[in-house]
Amino acid sequence: MGAINRRQAFLLGGGLVALTLMPMTADAEPSNDAAELIKKFTGGKEAASGKISLDLPEIAENGNTVPLSLTVDSPMTADNYVKEVLFVADGNPNGGVATLMFSPLSGKAEASIRIRLAQTQNVIAVAKMSDGSLFTERKTVKVTIGGCGG
Amino acid sequence: MVARYDSLALLTAVALVLSGFAASGQEAERKGIPAPPGHVFKTIISGYEYRSKETRALQDDDLENPGFLAIERATDMWKTVEGSEGKSCMSCHGDAETSMKGVGAAMPKWSEKLNKPVNLEQQINICRSEHMKAEPWAFKSQQLTDMTAFVRNQSRGMPVTVKTDGPMSPWFEKGKQIYYTRVGQLDLACASCHEQNNGKFLRADFLSQGQSNGFPTYRLRDQRLIPLHERFEGCMFDVRGVPYKPLSDEFLALELYVAWRGIGLPVETPSVRN
Amino acid sequence: MADRPRIKLPKEAKQGEIIQIKTLVSHLMESGQRKDAQGKTIPRKIINKFTCEFNGKAVFACALEPAISANPYIQFDARVDEAGTFKFAWTDDDGTVITAEEKITLKA
Repeated sequence: MGAINRRQAFLLGGGLVALTLMPMTADAEPSNDAAELIKKFTGGKEAASGKISLDLPEIAENGNTVPLSLTVDSPMTADNYVKEVLFVADGNPNGGVATLMFSPLSGKAEASIRIRLAQTQNVIAVAKMSDGSLFTERKTVKVTIGGCGG
Repeated sequence: MVARYDSLALLTAVALVLSGFAASGQEAERKGIPAPPGHVFKTIISGYEYRSKETRALQDDDLENPGFLAIERATDMWKTVEGSEGKSCMSCHGDAETSMKGVGAAMPKWSEKLNKPVNLEQQINICRSEHMKAEPWAFKSQQLTDMTAFVRNQSRGMPVTVKTDGPMSPWFEKGKQIYYTRVGQLDLACASCHEQNNGKFLRADFLSQGQSNGFPTYRLRDQRLIPLHERFEGCMFDVRGVPYKPLSDEFLALELYVAWRGIGLPVETPSVRN
Repeated sequence: MADRPRIKLPKEAKQGEIIQIKTLVSHLMESGQRKDAQGKTIPRKIINKFTCEFNGKAVFACALEPAISANPYIQFDARVDEAGTFKFAWTDDDGTVITAEEKITLKA
């Protein structure tokens, strides 16, 4: 068979479309209100890195249900505990994800939730401690769109 | 014929390109069970083994598995009287834990009365219309999917054991024929993905053997339980074909044949898949 | 949507022990981003707040946005200083509140 037939041409086209649609890198533009939400939460103060550890898949099997676990390093005593943790996602239609409120009775600053991510993007956590200090951490989650699981 | 092989090769090439970003964990050894003599696979592998560690974790703990919300709803429904006969499922079957044990693992099964195989959804509706004199539930309704999952769940851990001989034999052959028939604009058969290319990526999808032991399954995509025939419909739609109707003879034959392809696999209902 | 929430925690704990609590509640978490077959936006309807208290004292709470998956799963910890009752509440956008209680005793 010399010349490409119609079916082959169609499939080749399909293959190229598939390649163009592939989310290859985490270059989602922070187009939503994530930055404003962080600013509101921190009062414009700088958040330091450290203390927070985020457990998120590197590649989400499906963006509709992405398991997220958080651990903040804190003794969780009456005078030294994590008060609140803000979660935002910078590539969703809205930046807000959840705000967790801990107390000394929490015992540990640990929690797990499941979130929706519309595309490859960053999930950002900001923790506010009882002394007012702030910490932040972020992770990129690749979200594949299209195909049977899309 | 040449064109057909070429197109599959092309799709496989696409799959290979995409397999470059394989997730860790998905390359791990996949455990399975040895297939009986004459089977298409050497090792029969559940879809569980093809999923990421995060997705498997959702299935590993019954409290974390959202499919159990359905099991709990159906536990209540099992005892609920409906229809003009004043009966519930329990009125005839008693405790589901004993009466339904093994039932879901052996479906579809032959019905002498209807002279054809019936699957679990159909049997539940036969019970409702004939014995309870209640309205049958629509396919894809939450009630029917919940109850199907509940009955299947009573066989969790038990091996899939469908009968394919005797009067089932022509249905098995019909199912096999459907499995190997290319359909849709993409010209793919069930076998193109799930027999020849399982363990590889097709676009963003990591292809499994297409086993049915976990159905109805909680799909992360839909965030609800999906019955097997809805998944069949989805596959046919994805290859841009015209799907058969849920509970049609075609899908019933396919359900029987696919169950045989997974013979011996433990029932996982409600499983968690992408 | 009046399903019972699913909750897992130990029946008893040593005084001062930190226990893990897992909760799962049935809810569509309609994001307000989806459109129906006619192209009309389906209005947002989510669980927007979850609280857990123990003997009347706040243990853990969270404010939830539409980016939370359907059938919200929330896992957290609690320090048990005394025997008592955990109270859980999920608040829907429409104002309805799903509640549940679990008792815990102290190990001798």
